[in-house]
Amino acid sequence: MEKNSNSPLVKKSSSIRPATKKNLITYAVVVAFFVLFQTLSATGNLKNAYKALLVPICIYVIMAVSLNLVVGVLGELSLGHAGFMCIGAYCGSFFSVLTKDIITVTWLRFTLAFVVAAVAAAIAGILIGIPVLRLKGDYLAIVTLAFGEIIKTVVNAIYIGKDSKGFHMAMSTAGLGMEPDGQVILNGPQGISGTPRNSTFVIGFILVMITLFIVTNLMDSRTGRAIMSIRDNRIAAESVGIDVTKYKLMVFTVSAAIAGCAGVLYSHNLATLTANTNNFGYNMSIMILVYVVLGGLGNIRGSIIAAALLYSLPELLRGVRDYRMLIYSLILIIMMIVNNGSFFVALREKLKFRLKNKKGAAAESKEAV
Amino acid sequence: MKIKKILAVVLAFAMVFAFAACGGNGIKENISGEDSSNAANGGAESGSFANEGTIKIGGIGPLTGDAAQYGVAVNLGAQLAVDEINAAGGINGYKVEYRMEDDVNDAEKAVTAYGTLKDWGMQMLMGTVTSTPCEAVSAEAENDNMFLLTPSGSAVSCIKPDVAFRVCFSDPNQGIVAADYISDNSLASKIGVIFNSSDTYSTGIKDKFLEEAAKKGLEVVATESFTNDSATDFTAQVTNVKDKGAELVFLPIYYTPASLIMSQAKAMDYTPKYLGSDGMDGILGMENIDTTLVEGVMYLTPFVKSATDAVTTRFVTGFEKAYPSQASYLNQFAADAYDAIYAIKAAAEKSNVTADMEASAIGDAMKTAMTEISVDGVTGTGITWAADGEPTKAPRVAKIVNGNVEAA
Repeated sequence: MEKNSNSPLVKKSSSIRPATKKNLITYAVVVAFFVLFQTLSATGNLKNAYKALLVPICIYVIMAVSLNLVVGVLGELSLGHAGFMCIGAYCGSFFSVLTKDIITVTWLRFTLAFVVAAVAAAIAGILIGIPVLRLKGDYLAIVTLAFGEIIKTVVNAIYIGKDSKGFHMAMSTAGLGMEPDGQVILNGPQGISGTPRNSTFVIGFILVMITLFIVTNLMDSRTGRAIMSIRDNRIAAESVGIDVTKYKLMVFTVSAAIAGCAGVLYSHNLATLTANTNNFGYNMSIMILVYVVLGGLGNIRGSIIAAALLYSLPELLRGVRDYRMLIYSLILIIMMIVNNGSFFVALREKLKFRLKNKKGAAAESKEAV
Repeated sequence: MKIKKILAVVLAFAMVFAFAACGGNGIKENISGEDSSNAANGGAESGSFANEGTIKIGGIGPLTGDAAQYGVAVNLGAQLAVDEINAAGGINGYKVEYRMEDDVNDAEKAVTAYGTLKDWGMQMLMGTVTSTPCEAVSAEAENDNMFLLTPSGSAVSCIKPDVAFRVCFSDPNQGIVAADYISDNSLASKIGVIFNSSDTYSTGIKDKFLEEAAKKGLEVVATESFTNDSATDFTAQVTNVKDKGAELVFLPIYYTPASLIMSQAKAMDYTPKYLGSDGMDGILGMENIDTTLVEGVMYLTPFVKSATDAVTTRFVTGFEKAYPSQASYLNQFAADAYDAIYAIKAAAEKSNVTADMEASAIGDAMKTAMTEISVDGVTGTGITWAADGEPTKAPRVAKIVNGNVEAA
């Protein structure tokens, strides 16, 4: 190793911290992905099917990265992440529909929608954080699951309308008692319609970058190390004076706020917003968890790649028609085995070792020359 | 160790495929049906199509997941119509190609499915099957000026854009149709309504029914409500309706609570006439249903299998012949889709759509033509469309006679 550090190649890279280097690669991957698809799209070479995938990919990348913060970095299993997305989506949409005619500057209204949604989701994060702090492991997972379902049920039960007398809220359309000029904004199970469709790939990309910036910096900071110490050994962490409650609450809040922003992106990408099991229920929460687990717990770059790949896979598989979902689930199983099966892990280690040796040998031979 | 693991993987694969073989049956036969029809078309292509080129009609709906039963039925119904049209020389002499993409009843997936169909070269869209995805897709269709005809998207907002039309009645319109039916056939002078106040479908129909009943001079003597939480005991509601002397009870609800209402009314020696909305469709299929209880019950439905008119007979025999093992999909969704394809044909012929036209140009031509055509379909005779996309057709009412569903 002494010898290696003399080689000009290795020396250069060792001047940056390994963590920074890792982050820079992650940023580079995202930027490269963005530039590639933006160019393809701008030059008209991108198929419509893929164009429709770009914004959703950004949404699920953000969701996976923010969930990784809870599951991978804090080490708590959360099964209600889609609930935060739901809150963000509904609050953002509600705000946008309400102010559509008042704030005509799109970027300003959209930014404000993000702020509103992030704050609302963060409050929900704190709310869920308070009972959750007393629990760990499976119990915590079940509470988050229940929380996600509660949110979905609540938004399906509420009707909110606005007329000349102000806001009305009820559990049925008839209960609203609106004036004739009234407009029902949140219409129970029919959700919110007429949200301005402001989400674009560029905005999605910017949001992914902001998310990455927040999460990677949090992980590299003193706070991040404290959070990880809670994950690795809670008792040891407490014994050195780390405030477990504070850090757990912080992680839940940050993660929820980011998920809320993903929700805004979601609700402003479609003309209609309803909450059902597939988009805001446990199905979605578990789907995002799958992205995180497959990408590697605590591995941000892995989450990004897994989310982008796994979200687009069913669409890319449309060619095989009726066997689509079957093949998709098979691929999931195979990926899990390859990722984590002891045989494949050993194989990977072997390959890595060989590659390293080769590199070492190459560097050595270079030096000899 | 290694061998064991490999064996495990192989066995797992084998198992998955075995399950797939069981579960995929319905869909697989559909493929083979498609193939055979394509083969038939291939044979016909050289001879019977007057023009070169194809008109491509796309479809979107849930082919997998919870709502798959609707999507599969629509797919089969539409495919049947396309096959018949191709066998008869196509639309304006062009061969029709039809392809349906899966949306898993999810708005986001429906939009990507729409993109996939556009890449395929779709010129018109028959879809989507369910309401929420339909709303999302119709916004996309508006951007592209793509002609959209949904067979079964019944929410009001599904067809907001002016290029969007539908075959089924919208939810609230069923209320109007029901009131008209009662007054046209002078079924009763005193009417009671029992509806589910926690359900938008039920509330929507009830509101429009009361409005229309007032216009038609029908006397609604009692309007009783229940919620999902209290959907087991209807004694209070039934007593009220009975005391007010209603001769007919209108039930804009699903068949499970409806059957309870009927049995509790019977226990009170109260046997009025019943009229239901299309949610009542399927009441005879309920387990352990007492057929004497539902004898004489009427409900709105776009499609009655046993109707004897020429179009229905052609549709039913064609369907049973083409998909003998999938007879359970022969329902109102398949019928709506069948009519949708024939409506597209009629409008395309009216506006002389050709295979080389852009989707947007077709959209312009079709939205005018749709308002000028009249289609004799399975779900209604002389169906016409208004510019807002809503169909006008006489409602079909089914009546249960001797334990069988008959057209009334």
